[in-house]
Amino acid sequence: MPKTQLPKIHEGDVLVLAGTMKGAFILRADHARNKWELGGPFFPGEAVYAMAYDGRVGRRRLWAATASMHWGAVLRKSDDLGKTWSNPERANVRFPKDTKLSLEQIWQIIPGRESEPEVMYCGVQPANLFESRDAGESWQLVRGLFDNPQRPRWVPGGGGMCLHTIVPHPKDEKKMVIAVSTAGVYRTDDGGKSWRASNKGVRAEFLPNKHPEFGQCVHKVVSHPSKPERFFLQNHWGLYRSDNAGKTWTDIANGVPSDFGFGMAVHPNDPDTVYIVPLESDGFRCTPEGKLRVYRSRNGGKSWQAMTKGLPQSNAFETVLRDGLTVDSLAPAGVYFGTRSGKVYGSRDDGSSWSLLVEGLPPVTCVKTAVIAGQAKHVTKAKTKARTRELRA
Amino acid sequence: MSVRVHLPGYLQPFAEGKSKLTLVAHPTTAREALEALWKMHPGVRDRVMTETGEVRLHVNVFVDGESIRFTGGLDTPVRDGAELHIVPAVSGG
Repeated sequence: MPKTQLPKIHEGDVLVLAGTMKGAFILRADHARNKWELGGPFFPGEAVYAMAYDGRVGRRRLWAATASMHWGAVLRKSDDLGKTWSNPERANVRFPKDTKLSLEQIWQIIPGRESEPEVMYCGVQPANLFESRDAGESWQLVRGLFDNPQRPRWVPGGGGMCLHTIVPHPKDEKKMVIAVSTAGVYRTDDGGKSWRASNKGVRAEFLPNKHPEFGQCVHKVVSHPSKPERFFLQNHWGLYRSDNAGKTWTDIANGVPSDFGFGMAVHPNDPDTVYIVPLESDGFRCTPEGKLRVYRSRNGGKSWQAMTKGLPQSNAFETVLRDGLTVDSLAPAGVYFGTRSGKVYGSRDDGSSWSLLVEGLPPVTCVKTAVIAGQAKHVTKAKTKARTRELRA
Repeated sequence: MSVRVHLPGYLQPFAEGKSKLTLVAHPTTAREALEALWKMHPGVRDRVMTETGEVRLHVNVFVDGESIRFTGGLDTPVRDGAELHIVPAVSGG
């Protein structure tokens, strides 16, 4: 196995976490974000479809979902920024016996709301949602979704039957939106007890009935915390916005070369700014015309502009997957994406210009970011609980 | 005599680093042998088996050189002194 290079991470550094088909990598830079150091591979040989950083209540915790083709999938965490990782003896995300299901893949890890620093969520294949209420130590199946009467009628998309997107309402602990391929968007308003399909207006191009209640192949949904009722959606054909928490969706594919794609991200400080990387079609899932272009809208999808500066504009037949496009939390915003050809590009000016951060990685499945806060001296459970009470007050 | 179990490198960290070990039991089937192995080293179980109790698709279990897929699955008889190998299938990309 290759020797894992550990990046030297300092307080204030920006990390780009890149999951790939053959392990995970960590890119680090200081706040200027102009020089990147590569660390990894972590978990060489294992597919990493989901990564996350939990910086709540003084934590500096990295998460990675590793899946070995032979030995199964687990969630692993690191509290020392990648030097050591947990490898739980008992698989920590597991279906209860009565479900008769077996975990195939973990597609998404999301730390919960700031008001609930011990809560985490993960989305898995076969499509289901798991929740942790002890910061990831133990995980429980969300029964309200498992018991949804529509769930047995969901069918797998090309990537498998996966729950790949989780968007908790930033303040209301009862509300959450999820997305499943191929079932569409579902939302809960009662803390996960019940879920309803929220796909009104979203096309299912591949079905005889183009507007079913559920069955859409939604690829990604994003939202900005300052406008929690607004969502943007990249569909398997179709770009949409909802201004009423997903009740209805409006087509916003205004002037893009294709409304097919996977990745989507919203600007960290501007709820009207959204990023996508259009792909030609479901038959040819590559950037149109061999041009690698990030499209940016500054007005909530009314119009889109191609961002090309620093990106190859010929012979670039690239694919960016559903979790392959993301932003950091700085100003101006860093925007990053990874390709199936193993390249990671980054922008440090809101997406206006780009540079190649690294190439030659295995196919990139997910790209996430973290800005490393100062080390908490000692985060005890009691302190965490006190902080939870403080945030709730 | 009991049964000797051979583990691949990936599983050895879950078995105190051992590549082979002798079961503290006298199993008569592959299922009983594996259950005896889980008792000694619980961490091996979830890497080899799914939640529904099946051997993972890309994992092979051999008893005396024969894959249990062709000899009765987990009900494959195991003799005293048998050799049980757990190996990853030749798969991947």
